[in-house]
Amino acid sequence: MLKIENLHATIGDTEILKGLTLEVAAGEVHAIMGPNGAGKSTLSYVLGGRPGYEVTAGSVRFNGIDLLDLDPHERAAAGLFLGFQYPVEIPGVSNVQFLREALNAQRGARGEEPLSGGEFLKLAREKAGLLKLDMEMLKRQVNVGFSGGEKKRAEMVQMGILDPKFAVLDETDSGLDIDALRTVGDGINSIMRAPDKAVLLITHYQRLLDYVKPDKVHVLAKGRIVKTGGPELALQLENEGYEAVAA
Amino acid sequence: MTELATLPTNRDEDWRYSDGAFLAKADLDAINHWRTLEVPAGETRREQLTQSGSANSGSTDRLRVHVGRDARFEGFYLLSGSQYQRMEVEVTLEEGAHFEFGGVTIGGGASIQEFVTRVIHAHPGATSNQVVRAVQSGMSTGNFLGRIEVARDAQKTDAAQNFRAILLEKGASANTKPELEIFADDVLCAHGAAIGQLDEQASYYMAARGIPPQIARKLLIQAFIGDAFENIVDDAQREEMLDKALHELGDLSGGSA
Ligand SMILES: Nc1ncnc2c1ncn2[C@@H]1O[C@H](COP(=O)(O)OP(=O)(O)OP(=O)(O)O)[C@@H](O)[C@H]1O
Ligand SMILES: [Mg+2]
Repeated sequence: MLKIENLHATIGDTEILKGLTLEVAAGEVHAIMGPNGAGKSTLSYVLGGRPGYEVTAGSVRFNGIDLLDLDPHERAAAGLFLGFQYPVEIPGVSNVQFLREALNAQRGARGEEPLSGGEFLKLAREKAGLLKLDMEMLKRQVNVGFSGGEKKRAEMVQMGILDPKFAVLDETDSGLDIDALRTVGDGINSIMRAPDKAVLLITHYQRLLDYVKPDKVHVLAKGRIVKTGGPELALQLENEGYEAVAA
Repeated sequence: MTELATLPTNRDEDWRYSDGAFLAKADLDAINHWRTLEVPAGETRREQLTQSGSANSGSTDRLRVHVGRDARFEGFYLLSGSQYQRMEVEVTLEEGAHFEFGGVTIGGGASIQEFVTRVIHAHPGATSNQVVRAVQSGMSTGNFLGRIEVARDAQKTDAAQNFRAILLEKGASANTKPELEIFADDVLCAHGAAIGQLDEQASYYMAARGIPPQIARKLLIQAFIGDAFENIVDDAQREEMLDKALHELGDLSGGSA
């Protein structure tokens, strides 16, 4: 489904991704772990086409198309979802307005009819319920004044509404309390566990992986995938650390 | 204030960012013309105006308001168009009176839009709130000169003033100059100003959710302008002002941006 080959990317003059290769098949969940500053978020932004991140070599194919050839909003319409490590606040724009514009823009790009206000609210209420987020929160401005954990849960509500094919979730577990972690884990499974979907979970800890069981675990260090294993690799990393396992 | 004996120029403090070419050829009587409004004690007056310019080289609208004891004046204005536009408001507040001001400038080409306010807190316990938002593209300029005067016995004055500008293109500019003359000691005066570009992080966040750049831009500008019209109490009237502003923006992006 997603095939990254020999990806090199720079921010300014600094090369951050240095020949990263990774393939995720449909129906799978992969976890990426790795030390701070390894390039995990950079990978997610490069996949998402964030301005300032320049691909200097390599390729990314997404369901057979050249992902890097698309503008950021076209990548979303093609089915890519980015869960942000630091979700962005948008003062003056409500979640409802934001998500309805987003969903209908995506639908339009795919040649589908827009949802009416009523249909959209029904969908939003259902997904907010799934993530146990009060519907009132969705009437507020995007992420403004949300706590860290609320932002992460709101992002998963966004994912539920937009229903992507492929999600890159960057430390979605950070800032979540114990109950919220379970709710979010269940939410990810319910939204993304399907034969035609896949997930790349970026995380530092085993705990989210207890709920969202990965098929594969990769270690990203110094801009490359340096080790790949099964779910047991995450446990080993947690016990022994990166230096011992992936040096 | 006093009648001008000669045409103002950019050397005059209150006209420093104005369109010099317009001033040089302006009609002195027109410039000296002030509309006046008296708000009786305890009452409320509202004014909502949009000036989108005409074929001639510009216009000035000057308004002098006296707001009686415990009365309110609320003025909301949209300046847009291809020429020079100046909206000037001079407000004198009696005890317990309130002045609510919201202004938006939307400019393109080589146009100049400006708000000039003078708020005189003459007596105790009066409040004022001014919010101005400027959206400039092309080589246009948006200005806000806001003077707040607090008289010696005007204790418990609460005066707020906030200006923010978004420059959509490289050649655009904005100027602001808050002037506070405070002679009382128990006074709250909050003022803030910021000039910048559209929030790139927010734009990218929208793109990452599938919103195309033109729509993202529209949503962000709409939210930005919304600050100035937030305190229009009537929902329908607030929508109307926002719609007019967005319409003007549509004209802009159809052109240069
Ligand atoms: N805008 C930038 N300019 C310069 N360097 C940057 C910029 N953004 C990130 N970097 C650098 O790129 C490297 C990779 O950062 P990245 O955010 O991808 O790390 P990460 O693996 O996500 O780390 P963490 O686990 O702490 O989230 C870091 O050394 C970081 O300092
Ligand atoms: Mg990171």
